[in-house]
Amino acid sequence: MAQRNASRKRQQNSDNFMDYSLLFIVLFLLGFGLVMVYSTSSYEANLDFGDSAYYLKKQLFATILGLIAMIIVANIPYHFWERFAVLGYIVSVVLILLIIPFGHEAGGAKRWLYIGPISLQPAEVAKLCMILFLASMICTMGKRIRGRRGFWMVLLTPMPIALMIWQITNNMSSAIIVMGIAVLMLFVSSPEYKRFIILGLLAVAGAAAIVFAIVQMAAGAEDSLNFRGARILAWLDPFAYASGKGFQTIQALYAIGSGGILGKGLGQSMQKLGFLPEAQNDMIFSIICEELGLFGGIAVIVMFILLIWRFMIIANNAPDLFGALLVVGVLGHIAIQVILNIAVVTNTIPNTGISLPFISYGGSSVMFLLIEIGLVLSVAKGIRLKDL
Amino acid sequence: MNEEKHYSHKTYHRSKTVVIFFLCFAAFLGLMGRLAYLMIFQSEYYTQKAKELHERERSIKAARGRIVDANGKILADNKTVCTISVIHNQITDSERVISVLCEELGLSDEYVRERVEKYSSIEKIKSNVDKEIGDAIRAYDLDGVKVDEDYKRYYPYDSLASKVLGFTGGDNQGIIGLEVIYEEYLQGEAGTILTVTDAKGVEVAEAGEERIEPVSGQDLYVSLDMNIQSYATQLAVQTMETKEAESVSILVMNPQNGEILAMVNVPEFNLNDPYTLPEGTDSDGLSDEELQDQLNQMWRNGCINDTYEPGSTFKIITAAAGLESGAVKTTDTFSCPGYIMVEDRKIRCHKVGGHGAEDFVQATMNSCNPVFITVGLRIGVERFYDYFRQFGLLDKTGIDLPGEAATIMHQEENIGPVELATISFGQSFQITPIQLATTVSSIINGGKRVTPHFGVKVADSDGSNSQVFTYPVRENVVSEETSETMRYILEQVVAEGGGKNGAVEGYRVGGKTATSQTLPRGSGKYIASFLGFAPADDPQVLAIAIINTPQGTYYGGQIAAPVVRQLFENILPYLEKMDYNRT
Repeated sequence: MAQRNASRKRQQNSDNFMDYSLLFIVLFLLGFGLVMVYSTSSYEANLDFGDSAYYLKKQLFATILGLIAMIIVANIPYHFWERFAVLGYIVSVVLILLIIPFGHEAGGAKRWLYIGPISLQPAEVAKLCMILFLASMICTMGKRIRGRRGFWMVLLTPMPIALMIWQITNNMSSAIIVMGIAVLMLFVSSPEYKRFIILGLLAVAGAAAIVFAIVQMAAGAEDSLNFRGARILAWLDPFAYASGKGFQTIQALYAIGSGGILGKGLGQSMQKLGFLPEAQNDMIFSIICEELGLFGGIAVIVMFILLIWRFMIIANNAPDLFGALLVVGVLGHIAIQVILNIAVVTNTIPNTGISLPFISYGGSSVMFLLIEIGLVLSVAKGIRLKDL
Repeated sequence: MNEEKHYSHKTYHRSKTVVIFFLCFAAFLGLMGRLAYLMIFQSEYYTQKAKELHERERSIKAARGRIVDANGKILADNKTVCTISVIHNQITDSERVISVLCEELGLSDEYVRERVEKYSSIEKIKSNVDKEIGDAIRAYDLDGVKVDEDYKRYYPYDSLASKVLGFTGGDNQGIIGLEVIYEEYLQGEAGTILTVTDAKGVEVAEAGEERIEPVSGQDLYVSLDMNIQSYATQLAVQTMETKEAESVSILVMNPQNGEILAMVNVPEFNLNDPYTLPEGTDSDGLSDEELQDQLNQMWRNGCINDTYEPGSTFKIITAAAGLESGAVKTTDTFSCPGYIMVEDRKIRCHKVGGHGAEDFVQATMNSCNPVFITVGLRIGVERFYDYFRQFGLLDKTGIDLPGEAATIMHQEENIGPVELATISFGQSFQITPIQLATTVSSIINGGKRVTPHFGVKVADSDGSNSQVFTYPVRENVVSEETSETMRYILEQVVAEGGGKNGAVEGYRVGGKTATSQTLPRGSGKYIASFLGFAPADDPQVLAIAIINTPQGTYYGGQIAAPVVRQLFENILPYLEKMDYNRT
């Protein structure tokens, strides 16, 4: 047994795959993200804290912690985590519940837990744990997944977490991401298409019906709408809500539109001078467009396409289904988040608070993303070169 | 590891992962398309919007157009003044700033300190500071002290034609007079300094500033002649003092085209200090409203804003209507017993004993009320009213000054014989002096109803882009024949009749006197007036002098006619030299 383990280890070190492309893409995005966080935050940081690198330093610290975590996770065989799948689910629930008494508020939403100097978003933990839990669950289910019961089980298991994230932390976008991850993992693990097409059509029809209902209600009485309703109206006509819900969107559009093809040059954004509040957060992509132009914006999107392409390659060459599902989960998480973020910034969909992975300012987000990358790298390590 | 097992899974997993990748890829392509749309096709729109958001405008006042008289003398000009402000976060040595500003501007330490130490983006310390003081402050080169140059309206002749020219307010906008009416030409276009600022309004130094230069206003050329105006003012002041009158107005116009050469309303006020009430006015304890009333009173232009009962000068109009309608001929003879009965009312002539037998020309020379009443009754209400309309008496003259008062006349259906009788000799209704001058002009100039005006043209300060104003003229108000007869009769009035004090040696002058009692009757207050024109056969200048509430003698022929005579003695030779006269 021991001998066999040793030989396996040796084999891994020599013949197994290390995805340097993925690593490079991630490091590039991180480096670029730090530059943009500095660019977008320095002016306000200087005014508010007298230190233009205030946000940069915090982000750099989180990034370094994240990279360390990534290296550790990448070097642990991913099956090691399978045994924590149920525990992870429970921890997610507990952390989200802890928000009710201990949560910290920022920007009008109570989403953070403070553990010593580190702030933590339970939603970020939940996304990671959900990927792990669902991968493990789907593997355990085996062929039962193909039945209707299996289908609904995979869809309903993450539902409580998603609902809690939505209701307790008032974070609909994270709830959507959790459910999106589940749907994508289910899609990959089931041979079917029909159900997913129906599910997709229902989702589109439901969204359209909600928008229609809100527009109709708005025509009647505007006050009766809650803030999500107002967001949808502001999406349809941001200039009519210029001082309220449409404000951020309009400022982002000004930034994007004024960037033009080649941009104003790195550091030359005007919108970050207080016009677009907290430009380093969710709306950072608009400042990228303003400073680096259409060229820079598309370059960033291309980097994410490459990243997802690497995930696809790794998933399709993963040594087993568990590994493949882990990678699909991470792929789903990052892809959904990037698409939603850019869609929000360009006012393609209604405004919802969602950050741009690896680039937006946010410590816990970047740390958990790097842990996920560590998992993917660990799966990639399991690929034997001769299988490629 | 059981390789068979996990490869069997992979077949559809692989293709589904590929499907996911391409779904994401499609979404990304869509977003790239959206980005391209925003950043290429909408770029201009959003760039402009963002620019508007980022730039702060500071306006630069435009130099207001000057007002230039008939001889090219400048009646209203601009002088450069400075506005001193401080920018709190640029000040490095606040104590020195405070001491310098206190000393140079003569302000209290407390006042300056409060503003220097106030945290605001820019704080104005004092505006309308003389340029020399502004230059002196600039020479200190203090950080955070801004000296902005600005224009202020300046009237070189202080009170000359004050009620005509008008003055301007804090933003250099016209408040009264020509300054209001010609605002659109005079004001010019303000320029702007665009500075890029952050969301809090702090200037972004690297971005620099963009200037849109102001466009100066156009100069207004007026028919007013400074020489005539100042002489007329002198006469008016003199008359007001010697007769202890409340006010004296003198109006000089060209009856051929309506150009006004002088319009004097004494007491005038100082245009460079228009908010100070005349000396001796007790302004203490006045409410703001009362103070404003007093100021408005001081700014009133009596020639156009106020109406009065014209009295005997109106007989010119009655005579013209009578001649034009055929109700009277110059050769008609009348007998004046000193009064006339209209219905049950006995209306007296001013000559108690009566003028006896007289023809119409003599009756006009005598200003005989019973004769004019007779003529008025012969014309009849309907025809008389039609003539009022035809002469333009019931409309405003359309002079280019604000606030022209309308004629106050009986309704046609309310005029009985008694009212008709009083109208005939110029009582029981009110018109403005400018209305009288304009109407008489049309009667003596051959029947052209001209529009009285000051504005001749506007032009850029270098004389280019000039635009000459034209004014409506209505022909055939009276026939040439009637006009000629009227000139003859009115010349007789001055040559041998009641207006002989208006005669000027060497010139043929026509005219008519008036003495009217102000309302309420019996108050002992009179308005003495005289309307004269010259040359009598081809009138080129018409003048009215109106003396309000003189003490002592109050007959127009005795106190107002000499004023016009003196005026004509001086201005007729002058006008000849100036080629105003065709003779």
